[in-house]
Amino acid sequence: MSEPPGAAVSVAEAPPPADTPSKEPAAQRVLPLRRPGRWIATAVVLVLAAQFVHGLVSNPFYQWDRFGYWFFRPTILDGLLVTLEVTVYSAVLGLLGGILLALARLSTSPVLRAVSWVYIWALRSIPLIVVLLFLYNFSALYRTLSLGVPFGPAFLAFDESRLATDMVVAVIGLSLNEAAYAAEVVRGGILSVDQGQHEAASALGLPKRYQFRRIVFPQALRSITPNYVNQLIGLVKSTSLVFYVSLLDLFGTAQTMGATYPGDIVPLLLVVTAWYLILTSVVSVIQFYVERYYARGATRTLPPTPLQKLRAGLTELRARIRREAAV
Amino acid sequence: MTAGSTELAHETADAAPGDTELTRPAPAAVEVRDVHKWYGTHRVLNGVDLTVRPGEVTVILGPSGSGKSTLLRVINHLEKPEIGHVSVNGELIGVRRHGDRLKELNERTILAQRSRIGFVFQNFNLFPHLTVLDNVAAAPVATGRLGGEQARELARELLDRVGLADKADAYPRQLSGGQQQRVAIARALALRPGVILFDEPTSALDPELVGEVLTVIKDLARTGTTLVIVTHEIGFAREIADRVVFIDGGRIVEQGPPSEVLDRPRHERTRDFLAKVL
Repeated sequence: MSEPPGAAVSVAEAPPPADTPSKEPAAQRVLPLRRPGRWIATAVVLVLAAQFVHGLVSNPFYQWDRFGYWFFRPTILDGLLVTLEVTVYSAVLGLLGGILLALARLSTSPVLRAVSWVYIWALRSIPLIVVLLFLYNFSALYRTLSLGVPFGPAFLAFDESRLATDMVVAVIGLSLNEAAYAAEVVRGGILSVDQGQHEAASALGLPKRYQFRRIVFPQALRSITPNYVNQLIGLVKSTSLVFYVSLLDLFGTAQTMGATYPGDIVPLLLVVTAWYLILTSVVSVIQFYVERYYARGATRTLPPTPLQKLRAGLTELRARIRREAAV
Repeated sequence: MTAGSTELAHETADAAPGDTELTRPAPAAVEVRDVHKWYGTHRVLNGVDLTVRPGEVTVILGPSGSGKSTLLRVINHLEKPEIGHVSVNGELIGVRRHGDRLKELNERTILAQRSRIGFVFQNFNLFPHLTVLDNVAAAPVATGRLGGEQARELARELLDRVGLADKADAYPRQLSGGQQQRVAIARALALRPGVILFDEPTSALDPELVGEVLTVIKDLARTGTTLVIVTHEIGFAREIADRVVFIDGGRIVEQGPPSEVLDRPRHERTRDFLAKVL
C-alpha cells in the first residue's frame, strides 16, 4: 500500500495481495454491538403500556358494554355523517379558496396582494367559534339575503329545511377559516418550486395557465400535501364546533345523548374519540398514497407501500432464519 | 404585427451596411441593438450590438459576471432590457413599435415569441414530475401545435436523435447530467425553433459527460440551425464557431472568426482571459 509509485509495474506482476497468508477478517460476520440499556428501556415501556391497556379494559369507569351499545347507534352514525359532510365540503372549498388567496398574494397586483394579506390576517386572528356564531346570527337576521346567495347544487337538496341553513352556515364558517390557513400552505408550496422550473416553462413559451396547472402546481403539491393534511386533521376536529350553531355532528350528537343519558357520558366520549381516531387514520392513509403519487420523479425510487414493506420484511426474516439455521 | 415586421426588415438592412449584397433579403437571425440592462445601480449590459446571420454558430466568451448569460437571456426576453431592443428573424422580441417608441407586449404574445426560440439552461431545468417523453412532448401540445399522439411521436424521434430513445419512460432524476442535458436539447428542438440559445450547457456536468452533450450540439450546428452558445469550452468554440464574441464589463470587446479572436486576439482583455482559461 505504501510502495513508491515506481514499483507499480512489478507489483502488478506479483501475486495479488489478497492471496497473502495474513488472516483477513473479511470473511467473518460482524457481531452487532449489545445494547443492554435499550432492552431495559423497552421492558419498562412495555410494562407501562400493558398497565395502561389493562386499566382501560378492566376499569368499570369506561363501561365498555355501553361503548359497544353506542358505537353503531343510528343517531351517532347520523352525527358522523354530518361531520363527514361538513369536513369534505369545507376541505374542498377551503382549499379552492386557499389557492385563489395564495395566487392573489403572489400576484403582481398590489391591490390583490393587500386584499389577500388582510383576509388571511383577519381570519387567522378571529377564533373559529366567533366566526361561526357571527355567521349564525347574521343568517338568522338576514334570512332573505342568505337565500339569494347562490350555492353549489350539493346544497340545494337541503334548501327547505332548517338543517340546510345550519349546514350552510357551518360550511361557510369553516371554509372561510380553512381558506386563510390553506392559502399559506399553498403559497409555501408554490414558493418551494425551483425558480428554474418557472424559467424553463416560460422559455418554452408554455401558456400561463398551463405553466401553473401542469408544471408548477403538481410540483408544489409535493410540499403542500403533508402540510394541508395536517390542516385537514385539525379541520376534522374543528367541525365539533358546529355544535354551537345547532348542527348535530358526531360530537354534538354525543353531547346531546349525554344530556339525556348522564350515566353514559364517558362511553359516549369514548365513542367520539374512537370515531375521530378512525377518521384521522383514514386521512393519514390517503395522505401516504397521495404523497407517494406526487413523489414520482422527485425521488429515484418510490417509497414502498405498507404491503410491499411487509412482504420485503417477511422475505428478509425468512432469509435470516435460514442463515441462523445454517450457522 | 405585419406593419411592424416590414418596418423591421427595412431597419435591419440599414443597420448592417457592411454586408448589404449578401443579407439584404433575409433578416438577421438575431439582432441585438444598443441593449442596456441594469439591476438597481449595477450595470450588467452597457450598449451591446450583435448580429447573428441565419445558420451561423456564435460562441460568446467572457469572464464570469461579464454579462454573457444576461445577454443570452435578453434575446428571448427572460430579462427585459432597460434600453435597446432585440429582434429574432426580423421580429421584435417583447416589444412593439408605437410611433417612435417601444411598448412592452402582453405576456401571451411574448410567450408565443419565446416558443420560436429554443433555450437550453446550465442546470437543464427538466420538469422532474414528467417522464422524459412528456418533457419533450409537453411544449408542442401546450402551445397547440401538435396533438398528443403526434407530439409523442416527434418526441420519440428527437430522443432518438440525441441517443436517448431507450430512456423515454424514465424520469429526469434517474438520468445522468449529460443525459438530462441531451433531453433538454430535445425539448428545445420539439418546438422547431429558428434559433437555439445555450447558456453554459456543459458547466454543470462532470468532465467525462461533457463530450456527449457537445457532440449533440455539433450535430445541430451541422444541420444549419442558428446557434448562440455561451460556454467556457474554448476547444469546442474553436471547432464549431463561425464567430466568437468576447464580452467583458457588459460590452462586446471583440468579435470575429475563431482563428482571429482565439489565436490572434487584438485586445489586452481578451488575451488575459484566454491566458487564464487555456
